[in-house]
Amino acid sequence: MENLRNTPLLSRHQQLHALLAPFGGWNMPIQYEGIIAEHRWCREQASLFDICHMGEFIFRGDMEESGLEDIFTFSVKSIPIGRSRYGFLLNERGGIIDDLIVFRLGEDEAMVVVNAATSDNDFAVIRSRLKPGVSFTDISAATGKLDLQGPLSRQVLVEKFGEQIAVLPYFKFIRTTLLGVDAVISRTGYTGELGYEIFLPADKVGELWDLLLADQRVKPAGLGARDVLRLEVGYSLYGSDIDEATTPLEAGLGAFVNMDKKFIGKEALQKQQREGLQKVKAAFQVHSRRSPRHHYEICFEGEAVGTVTSGVFSPMLGCGIGIGYVRPEIATLGAQIAIMHDKVTMDAAVVELPFYKGGSLRS
Amino acid sequence: MEMYFSKEHEWVRIKDGIASVGISEHAAHELGDITFVELPQVGKTVKQFEVLAGIESVKAASDIYAPLSGKVIKVNEALDGTPEIVNEAAEEAGWIAWLEPTDPGEVKNLMSREEYDTYLKGLA
Repeated sequence: MENLRNTPLLSRHQQLHALLAPFGGWNMPIQYEGIIAEHRWCREQASLFDICHMGEFIFRGDMEESGLEDIFTFSVKSIPIGRSRYGFLLNERGGIIDDLIVFRLGEDEAMVVVNAATSDNDFAVIRSRLKPGVSFTDISAATGKLDLQGPLSRQVLVEKFGEQIAVLPYFKFIRTTLLGVDAVISRTGYTGELGYEIFLPADKVGELWDLLLADQRVKPAGLGARDVLRLEVGYSLYGSDIDEATTPLEAGLGAFVNMDKKFIGKEALQKQQREGLQKVKAAFQVHSRRSPRHHYEICFEGEAVGTVTSGVFSPMLGCGIGIGYVRPEIATLGAQIAIMHDKVTMDAAVVELPFYKGGSLRS
Repeated sequence: MEMYFSKEHEWVRIKDGIASVGISEHAAHELGDITFVELPQVGKTVKQFEVLAGIESVKAASDIYAPLSGKVIKVNEALDGTPEIVNEAAEEAGWIAWLEPTDPGEVKNLMSREEYDTYLKGLA
């Protein structure tokens, strides 16, 4: 196996007796006390996630001159300073190289936040699409990231870091000083709950982790709970639900593609719009507590029509939920399908996203 | 009362000619949060080490094998709605089914508690 990378918090995870496992080339905490208990804590209180594995790049320069404006499926220069936007880096075929968020730090400055497993390749691709000489730096190794998510997260952060956090709306961030160093606090996340992503120098992450965990309302949560939380609200996981062989249109994420601007992959998407899609994402709910899982088969009237890309038991709904790709005619609300694997058959119905609608995300 | 364990981490306890069957605390811990137990049909007959039931956790789906041959005479219906009982008390309230054993002598193919503990150390 390749050498796994560790976050600055490894010894803390070990002290908490976390179960560690490889994820995207990193040795990451999957669970502490248990996935379902951590999931519930995040839906009801506030959970702290070590997300130091994700990648961060800093761009400095003229957004248009440099070529940056034409790289993503959305316009960077139209993002107001202090706000961020979600979208994609595509290949020529319209396939998703990565899903990412761009933070507009200043007039000529932006931060790109990407997935861990794809980070090195993303950097190379973006670099190659920028004009030579443009300032573009991978700051991932020096940057730590903690996510505090849950209905009590705002209260916790306001008490510790002040009223500046109380007024932050969704997809807005502030640059501030935390523990004596520069930090970015962003009202974003991956759980469907009110929450924040905090970026700060890697050597200060441990101190922030300790400070937040000292609060009785905050407990650590691992990537296991994070996966259940994100799927309950229908967020895609790169490498499972979306990849280079899937376009944003197939993934039902066309809202994050601005077809009125230039970007690599646009012609492939226009062709799909003209000719129709061969596969589309469908969300489904199982009629029992059985869990669909990655690679299980989706069947309709006895015929295999697609594959599950993510599936879990949803503690909020009390049943199995999943997403996968099917022929477009199957992806109609209420369609009765079956999820099959070995000798197991689960009856399920196509439903709309999100599965769980009660989150505190926009509160 | 004497319990016997299989290599696949089931346990069995025989009392008054009835064998109660479940999965070991070790197995429940390894599976993590249990979210679904597929109980066998009452009346089903199984041979020793054949599939008796199914169990799912947040992490994985697995089969549960019969530690003895016999006929299913009762299942733990509480697990239908609250399968987490298996996490809380795998070797007590988290039992899966009662069997009427065909041949209680089959326990010779199983391990005692001490042997099972040694077996677990070998797996670690």
